[in-house]
Amino acid sequence: MNLVLRLASIALMLAVWLAGSHLAGPRLLPSPQAVGLAIVAEARSGALAFNLGVTLARVAAAFSIAMVLGTACGLAMGRRRLVDRIGDPWLVLLLNLPALVIIVLAYIWAGLTETAALAAVVLNKLPLATVTVREGARALDRGLDEMAQVFRMGRWKRFRHVVLPQLTPYLAAASRSGLSLVWKIVLIVELLGRPNGVGFEIGTAFQLFDVTKILAYALAFVAVMLAIEAVVVQPFERYVSRWRPRPA
Amino acid sequence: MSRAGDQDRLEVHIKRKSYRKASGGELQVLGDVALRIGSGEIAALIGPSGCGKTTLLRIIVGLDTDFDGTVHLPAHGRLGVVFQEPRLLPWRTVEDNVRLAAPQAGAAALDALFGTLGLAAHRRHYPGELSLGQARRVALARAFAVEPELLVLDEPFVSLDAELAIRLRGELAELVARRPVTTLMVSHDVDEVIGLADRVFLLSGSPARVLADMPIQNPRSARSAADVAAIRNALSRKAAGS
Repeated sequence: MNLVLRLASIALMLAVWLAGSHLAGPRLLPSPQAVGLAIVAEARSGALAFNLGVTLARVAAAFSIAMVLGTACGLAMGRRRLVDRIGDPWLVLLLNLPALVIIVLAYIWAGLTETAALAAVVLNKLPLATVTVREGARALDRGLDEMAQVFRMGRWKRFRHVVLPQLTPYLAAASRSGLSLVWKIVLIVELLGRPNGVGFEIGTAFQLFDVTKILAYALAFVAVMLAIEAVVVQPFERYVSRWRPRPA
Repeated sequence: MSRAGDQDRLEVHIKRKSYRKASGGELQVLGDVALRIGSGEIAALIGPSGCGKTTLLRIIVGLDTDFDGTVHLPAHGRLGVVFQEPRLLPWRTVEDNVRLAAPQAGAAALDALFGTLGLAAHRRHYPGELSLGQARRVALARAFAVEPELLVLDEPFVSLDAELAIRLRGELAELVARRPVTTLMVSHDVDEVIGLADRVFLLSGSPARVLADMPIQNPRSARSAADVAAIRNALSRKAAGS
């Protein structure tokens, strides 16, 4: 039943797209077939795989760095009031700085380099991850902490077995919102200052007014991100919540 | 482990412990409290609810360092603690909960421990799948698995039904009989601990002081109902005399 509804919804989406294409003309909105053929053509030439790969690598790198740093910052701020007081203004500043400003400044200060591109993405994601993990760190169970202390568990063991499982829901929330945010920002970073990747291709297509190519790259990339969600994120969440009693 | 020279004794001397109240000002919870528990001895700490027993335990196990006084722990100071709530990691199995606290514990020792406590069938279960009685047993298993020099129990049988509490007390007696360990056990119920303890400390209401330090001469196994009644009477006389 669920699957039927889902398929019907997708069919409706395609129908709306097709109708829109007829109304607006193929130049403004090419038909689904045209976009599909463009995806196949890009795939044949190898350009699609290359650009998707490059963008995905940037997403993975920026996402991992931002999550690790964000977890560390969030934990420190959530557990130590002094760190929280000192860090909070920085956090507020970063949270409210438009993504575009960070990207442009990174490129001006560090040049049109890979490092600048990654740093800009990380700085955009970092404050959000920090805020979410900080909430989690504030909610840590003191009783379990004391248990770990009296049984002399080492730092790593405490982090791995006592703290991290409590942070899991917060990390999952940060990852979910983070992944979609990061890939959108990576595209802008690529558009503004990288010679490859999905963002660069879309930028080129924009200059040539090639809507077919824009849609081809966008849809291909969305498909890849959905696959990652289904193949990596959801199984991982199921695995880390295996201990929760489920209704029989 | 050497029992010579009584270096496995627990010696506590607290002069004063107070909390800062949220409204400002201080609330004194412990007055002058001195305890001495010999190596391998089981001591029970009894006093009215809210008199500061848990605070005293927190000081002894090192969770609260803001007090006037000294605490001398047994030789290596390896602690086995059973908190009032089981405090198990819900995301780890029963066995992993024990192993994480006691990485050095051998397979045979763990088998024996789980066997005595009737947990053999639950090793792969998560704490969320256990009853409170079973969760308390796991907490007990964890405390014994570290082979502690000092065992500290904070109302380990509270909120269990009477029958279950008696059974669990029997299991605890069996465990300490097999491997003697200096033990401090807190309770607000005289009957609960009187069959187990070698020594009873009676605390006053807040701020807590030691009203009585009563050694119990005849050994646990030879204690008759009449002996238990006599001890109970002596304690209630002391409590009334305060």
